[in-house]
Amino acid sequence: MARSSTRFSARLIIERFSATLILLLVAVWLGVNLVKSPSQFFQASAIGISNGVLYALIALGYTLVYGIIELINFAHGDLFMLGGLFAATFIAVWFGQDSPSSVGYVVFFACLIAVMGFCATINVAIERFAYRRLRRAPKLAPLITAVGVSFVIQFIGIRWNGSGPKTWNSVLPSGEIIIAKVHIPYTTLISFLVTIPLLVLMTYIVTKTRRGKAMRATAQDADAARLMGINVDKTIAFTFALGGALAGAAGLLFQQTRGVTNYNLGYQLGLIAFTSAVLGGIGNLSGAVLGAILIGLIQGLNDGLPIGLGQQWSQTVVFSILILLMTFKPTGLLGKPMVEKV
Amino acid sequence: MKLSLRGKRSSDKKAKNNKSFDQAKWIRGFTIAAVLIWVFYAFVVELLPYEVASFFQKWMPASTVNESLVWVICALGLNIVVGYAGLLDLGFVAFWAIGGYTAGWFMSDFFHQVNFHLGSTAPSSQNGIHISFWGVLIIGALIAAVFGVIIGAPTLRLKSDYLALVTLGFGEIIPQFFYNGENIGGFNLTNGSKGISPIDNVGLFGKTLGPFDLDWKYLIFVGLAALMVFISLRIRSGRLGRAWLAIREDELAASMMGVPLMRSKLSAYAVGAVSGGIGGVAFATHVNGVFADRFSFAISIILLAMVVLGGMGNVWGVIVGALAISWVNATGLPAFGDTVNAALGTNINFPSYNFLLFGGILIFMMLYKREGLLPESRLKELLHETDDASTNTGGH
Repeated sequence: MARSSTRFSARLIIERFSATLILLLVAVWLGVNLVKSPSQFFQASAIGISNGVLYALIALGYTLVYGIIELINFAHGDLFMLGGLFAATFIAVWFGQDSPSSVGYVVFFACLIAVMGFCATINVAIERFAYRRLRRAPKLAPLITAVGVSFVIQFIGIRWNGSGPKTWNSVLPSGEIIIAKVHIPYTTLISFLVTIPLLVLMTYIVTKTRRGKAMRATAQDADAARLMGINVDKTIAFTFALGGALAGAAGLLFQQTRGVTNYNLGYQLGLIAFTSAVLGGIGNLSGAVLGAILIGLIQGLNDGLPIGLGQQWSQTVVFSILILLMTFKPTGLLGKPMVEKV
Repeated sequence: MKLSLRGKRSSDKKAKNNKSFDQAKWIRGFTIAAVLIWVFYAFVVELLPYEVASFFQKWMPASTVNESLVWVICALGLNIVVGYAGLLDLGFVAFWAIGGYTAGWFMSDFFHQVNFHLGSTAPSSQNGIHISFWGVLIIGALIAAVFGVIIGAPTLRLKSDYLALVTLGFGEIIPQFFYNGENIGGFNLTNGSKGISPIDNVGLFGKTLGPFDLDWKYLIFVGLAALMVFISLRIRSGRLGRAWLAIREDELAASMMGVPLMRSKLSAYAVGAVSGGIGGVAFATHVNGVFADRFSFAISIILLAMVVLGGMGNVWGVIVGALAISWVNATGLPAFGDTVNAALGTNINFPSYNFLLFGGILIFMMLYKREGLLPESRLKELLHETDDASTNTGGH
């Protein structure tokens, strides 16, 4: 017994030490870059944060669903991709808008509502027909199902968008403002203008409304919530709707600000967003936003800094963060320590 | 394919009828099926009339048989991790890639800076590291096992769904490393997206087998598959296998009963990785090269679909699942599409439906037949332990 406890503490010390070492190395890397070329540093940060905001919208969907039924909804990233395709079809095909104009702005906001509704409906349908039936099954089953759903959605993406990427013109204004040599495109500002109210609204729904209370209660203990008269099925469906709506908004923003749609975008961004959710502490809403901004920042800095691994290693950097995090701090930055329910 | 399915199913039935597992029987069944297929492709096909031969060429070419066997080898490895130990691995393609690149490094002209030969079929004037195929199999298996432990180590304390994500992360990182490995500190380690090709021929009893000697390579691949079946079955009935099953069924209870969780889980990863490595080496010789962009997430998912379709934990089920899905993927779907398009005058791109097909298989198997087509009896009970009043809605 004593032996195992000393071994445990030795492991703890090694973990602490290596965690500190990694953080120190990151700090040195950032410092060197900041001294070397401050303008590039801030430019990369700006790009990173604008990516991070997008990740936040997707990450919230993961965290909401994980918080309530402890399922990593693998298909969530693909739902985001579908949102992008819907937005492209809605704006460019149905309404024929492909350049900034006042009609374009109106269509953009109409599309925001439509795409949120679209993705929310699909997410609720997926929950209803696939995950609900597996709620009491061993964990492997819903997880494998989610992977399957992800593949099916990617298939829809291929049918809808073709097997290669498609580029689109944005209806958003294309200029940029320059603050102290840092170029910030208007599209980034618009992403903020759309995202922040959505985040506020969602926080309000979860923390202040009756529905939100029901969600939190279900997340804590579904059976007890049911005994208290909460309609658990409805609450879970509502959570999926909320997550889906946010993914839809992210899809629209991505399609409009980057101008690209591709069937496998959801898989890539979904994994990044999931990493963000884990970094912030999965199940924790503000953690997801914080994690997403951090991941976006790290990615932006890695891609844009003079001394960095460069874009080709971008995914590797993000996944390395995921793995290091899992090794050293699986609860994430703001997460509570997990207690195994027996 | 039909032949092989029948042969293997019958041996499966034999195995099941005999509760106390009779080893000799499956070996006999497996050998008969394997030899029949070999005789068929090596000798009979040539004697057949042209129409019949071209039918086989279209629906069941020998190269598909060999490729299917590689999938079988890898699926058996994934079965050890997912089916036996219950650890969901979504990055199995990493081991396949590692095996492939081991072959690329040690069986080609790639490292032209050195000239090292060890039992290889390549002429000794050729530069590069040339080690015999059999040696590379062992090296590939060992390297993959080491990586299995490295990948497994950080996941040991994690819950099942986190674990899936970490393995997936490795499954993304390792192929990306190979893809970007053209310039690691100025050194060309992996030749980037161009890949490494060609690979040395395989030496077997004084014969030299190039990429087109499918009949003899079939024998090698069948032998490797048989080895994996043997390993799977032997370990399963041993102490380690029982530990895996215990962990799969209830980790907490298993650790209370004194099952060393860490060691058992790590060995599951290692043994699974060994077969991934062997499959990777075999596949590299089959396609005569390794190419980084082949190692995508889809491979991990197809392997998972094979294991799930056939029946997690049941070796024979996994073999059937792997043969069926790899056949559909490589030949069945395109050939079926050609036939339908020719008959109806349509122009539907059938291979593009494979996403739907594999996703659909995963969903429907999980919803309606979680234990797979050929279920393992223990797992069947476990997966239907549904309305347990003590568990909450989140599952357990």
